[in-house]
Amino acid sequence: MREVLDRSPVPASPEAPPAALPPAFLSWFAGRGWAPRPHQMALLGHAEAGRSALLIAPTGAGKTLAGFLPSLVELSSDPKRRPGLHTLYVSPLKALSVDVARNLDAPVAEMSLPIRIETRTGDTSASKRQRQRRDPPDILLTTPEQIALLLANPKARDMFAGLKRIVLDELHALVTSKRGDLLALDLARLRRLAPGVQTVGLSATVREPRELVAYLHGRDDALPAVVTAPEGAAAHITMLDTKERLPWAGHSARHALKEIYDEIRRVKLALLFVNTRFQAEQLFWDLWRINADNLPIALHHGSLDVGQRRKVEDAMAEGRLKAVVATATLDLGIDWGDVDLVVNVGAPKGASRLIQRIGRANHRLDEASRAILVPANRFEVLECRAAITAAAQGAQDTAAPRSGALDVLAQHVLGMACAEPFDADAFFGEVTDAAPYADLPREDFDRAVQFVAHGGYALQAYERFAKIRQTKEGLWRVSNGKVAQQYRMNVGTIVAAAMLKVRLVRGRTAGTTAAGVPMATGPIGRGGRVLGQVEDGFLETLLPGDTFLFGGEILALQAIVDDEALCARVSGTEPKIPSYAGSKFPLTTYLADQVRAMTSDPHSFDLPDQVEDWLDLQKLKSALPPKDAMLVETFPRGGRHYLIAYAFEGRLAHQTLGMLLSRRMERAKLRPMGFVANDYAIAVWSHGDVGARIAKGLVTLEELFDEDMLGDDLESWLDESSMMKRTFRICATISGLIERRHPGREKTGRQMTVSTNLVYDVLRRHEPDHLLLKAARDDAATGLLDLKRLGELLSRIRGRILHKPLRKISPLAVPIMLEIGREPVYGEAEDAVLADAADVLLEEAYGDDDSGQTEGAGRGQTRRHRTHA
Amino acid sequence: MHSHVTVAGVDLLADFCGALFHEADRVLLVADLHLEKGSSFARRGLMLPPYDTAATLAKLAAVVMRTRPRLVVALGDSFHDRAGATRMGEADRAALHGLQAGRDWLWLAGNHDPAPPAGLAGDTAEDWHLGPLTLRHEPAPGASPGEIAGHLHPVAIVAGAGSAVRRRCFVSDGARCIMPAFGAYAGGLNFRHPAFAGLLKDGRRIAHALGRDRVYAIPESRCLAGA
Repeated sequence: MREVLDRSPVPASPEAPPAALPPAFLSWFAGRGWAPRPHQMALLGHAEAGRSALLIAPTGAGKTLAGFLPSLVELSSDPKRRPGLHTLYVSPLKALSVDVARNLDAPVAEMSLPIRIETRTGDTSASKRQRQRRDPPDILLTTPEQIALLLANPKARDMFAGLKRIVLDELHALVTSKRGDLLALDLARLRRLAPGVQTVGLSATVREPRELVAYLHGRDDALPAVVTAPEGAAAHITMLDTKERLPWAGHSARHALKEIYDEIRRVKLALLFVNTRFQAEQLFWDLWRINADNLPIALHHGSLDVGQRRKVEDAMAEGRLKAVVATATLDLGIDWGDVDLVVNVGAPKGASRLIQRIGRANHRLDEASRAILVPANRFEVLECRAAITAAAQGAQDTAAPRSGALDVLAQHVLGMACAEPFDADAFFGEVTDAAPYADLPREDFDRAVQFVAHGGYALQAYERFAKIRQTKEGLWRVSNGKVAQQYRMNVGTIVAAAMLKVRLVRGRTAGTTAAGVPMATGPIGRGGRVLGQVEDGFLETLLPGDTFLFGGEILALQAIVDDEALCARVSGTEPKIPSYAGSKFPLTTYLADQVRAMTSDPHSFDLPDQVEDWLDLQKLKSALPPKDAMLVETFPRGGRHYLIAYAFEGRLAHQTLGMLLSRRMERAKLRPMGFVANDYAIAVWSHGDVGARIAKGLVTLEELFDEDMLGDDLESWLDESSMMKRTFRICATISGLIERRHPGREKTGRQMTVSTNLVYDVLRRHEPDHLLLKAARDDAATGLLDLKRLGELLSRIRGRILHKPLRKISPLAVPIMLEIGREPVYGEAEDAVLADAADVLLEEAYGDDDSGQTEGAGRGQTRRHRTHA
Repeated sequence: MHSHVTVAGVDLLADFCGALFHEADRVLLVADLHLEKGSSFARRGLMLPPYDTAATLAKLAAVVMRTRPRLVVALGDSFHDRAGATRMGEADRAALHGLQAGRDWLWLAGNHDPAPPAGLAGDTAEDWHLGPLTLRHEPAPGASPGEIAGHLHPVAIVAGAGSAVRRRCFVSDGARCIMPAFGAYAGGLNFRHPAFAGLLKDGRRIAHALGRDRVYAIPESRCLAGA
């Protein structure tokens, strides 16, 4: 996601006509000692004038009531209206729907309004869902996926014909993802089924409200109004001024543990946010080790068993906890009780992300939230300082609007064919009325239709199996009932990673390893409790006996059986598998700019002494990274030659840069051996002496960092990029090329499933222009490969590279050098892993006898693409 | 380029494409081609790219060119389903015909394709003997010295720093060998999965993992369990 900083004022918006509340409502407000707030009345005025609206309001400003008030007034004042669906409420979380239903029930019951309100989520029973289609409530609270399913039903036209209003909650969070694309397409359909339907968006403060207005705006309707509620008291955000030595690298912030603990002791309830599940586990574990006062500290993250999470939430609401360590997964608008301190451990990664995180924790508008940022390393100090400044200035760096994804379009095309036969021209007009698809070329639309029909391949082999076909009149309709069933199983845009259940077992521990870890020797009992689930990619790297943190305890992997990881509890020492992973979000370009500004001129900013000293030393030994150029250092160390580029473009763009730069250095005969990337820099090491070659004029940094690396080098790397393959798998699933994995019903056997990696290889070789590869490439540009940002970097630094040839490592290079050996391997390096493993065989199993030897796999004959420090 | 695999005293060359070559008799073995898997899925509405048969045959053509076998034996599941051969496109059919020209060809029966492929050249059999070797699709339960089979689609998972490498592999213990699946869309199963239990001697198993241009012989102890 790209973000641009923009503080231009909210566009001129029509004034809300005056509105009056019916007496019942007035007395309800009065009875609670409340008065309707101006923004609530403004939304009512706009609604009565038939206008859509966007409400921007902080948490606690009565946003939800504001969104529903017009519907409640209208429904209560027209007793003669025909029963049917009047208002649709959509939120990104099903928990939020349930919560909102509860909050609405109170006023409706207290005023005895004749209004039926129901929720519909994936958890709603089949019979209730069926009944809701036949006899819908006045107000339905639901999720984007459920709306897609309802719209794909042949009776959708009847169900939505009387729809008056659609309320979209947490709109700023919805629009940044493929879910937002799907919802936009569904909005376009709803506008056709219910002409004149009003849309109301509820949002936190964003960089550019106009983008949300565009999302709400149907091309035949009046421009939606923007209503802005007054901001609450500004948060009081500080950075922890640690007395300890600041670490060079890592994300654990262990140095500040005691100080964090002291802060917790002083408050009523502290929320400790971290960026990843690993960090949450680690922090929770560390805190309990020093928890001398036995403070009730709990852990909450998305991998834990649901029951466990609910327990923590309840305990929090009841005020039984002192602190909760959490990832940001469940924080969207949920009511938490009396949080009086937010501690953000690690880098915030984005200014808006930080402000929203802190804002959500405080549900009392008039009191300032208090937040402390705890940077885990020196670069994070700079990032935290930049984020605090941004918060004080009200700067926002939320993501730019998306261009609609083609895989989502394909899913929608099939869904709409399931609802009723469509005319391609009319449907194209409808699709381009969805904001993310406003600029969709007709050709891409037609290819999406072809894709849905029979795969859209140049080799037209599947016409006879087509899922949708054109009738004599030229309308597209589904071929048979099975197609609709398949669509229903596949709906949605959230593609979960393959997960394994973590089950606690006792095992028959008849022995221990050298490390004291019990090893199962006999069959392992399977009766234990399920603690939660983890990605199977993580467990795949573990050997039986390896220990790791989960749910706040150390577990030892015993075995993996089917879709379960059987683990035993072990006590005592440090877990073997460290939890060092950082944020999955790269830092925003806005924060990156601010960090660059600081490194170029550290004394103009309020930085801790340790950090100032570090940067001063850097200036002395090498140079500070300039604001408008890229610093590149080269130096020898331990028989290798290092190149460090301080690009400040985020980890994802840096990883891509590392792959492409390695290829380039390979061609320049520099014999690169490996690279590592973090959010701020990349380090590449090689046999060849880069510095000497540059000095002799044999190679230039301009050549190595030339923009044309995004051409052929990129193309050939995409063949093998595991991140590209992951992106492709998601596109293949959403588009319906392969069947979605449904937890619990995966026992189909391996010959029935298909590996998308294999499909990717075949498709790239035989039809590189296929729609799905385009979809995957579009995703990669802004997603895991961050090509767009890399392109911007390469163009920004053209002719602006500051090279410092050094005799040894510089102070600024220390953090990135410490990351070496912690990164996964890619591409060609995979063969080096196999060769290393094969060497063991040669040495251990065969000794000097070379019969049966793997030809050519001996040490030294394999070029190592990477080595690990 | 290849690794030597010994089965019941017979020396075979394991090619990085996933084929075994008996050099002395010039016999090439391939398992689990799963031709027409793409169109088999398309029948169910999953429109996988229709190029898998061409990709599999191209890989087969390359190893045939390298080894010039007198006889090719396909160890079953050559087609993904019973009707697979009839769905084959003209170009693919011609390519297969070209490969079969000038050599003998034996289709062994598999569970996906128990009957001989319709309208194609080549002999068919349930199993076949080559000296002390027995070739068949599905490994017989328990010990079966001299057997070469497919069916299980073995892969090996090897730990690297921070991530694991997963590759198709031959698995052997000197007495017996399970071949990797050859087909472009054929999936894989970790050879440490219980489905392989009892077939090969635990602790003596060697995974001959397919690299980009060579085969790596890796001891079982270096291969991960897991999915």
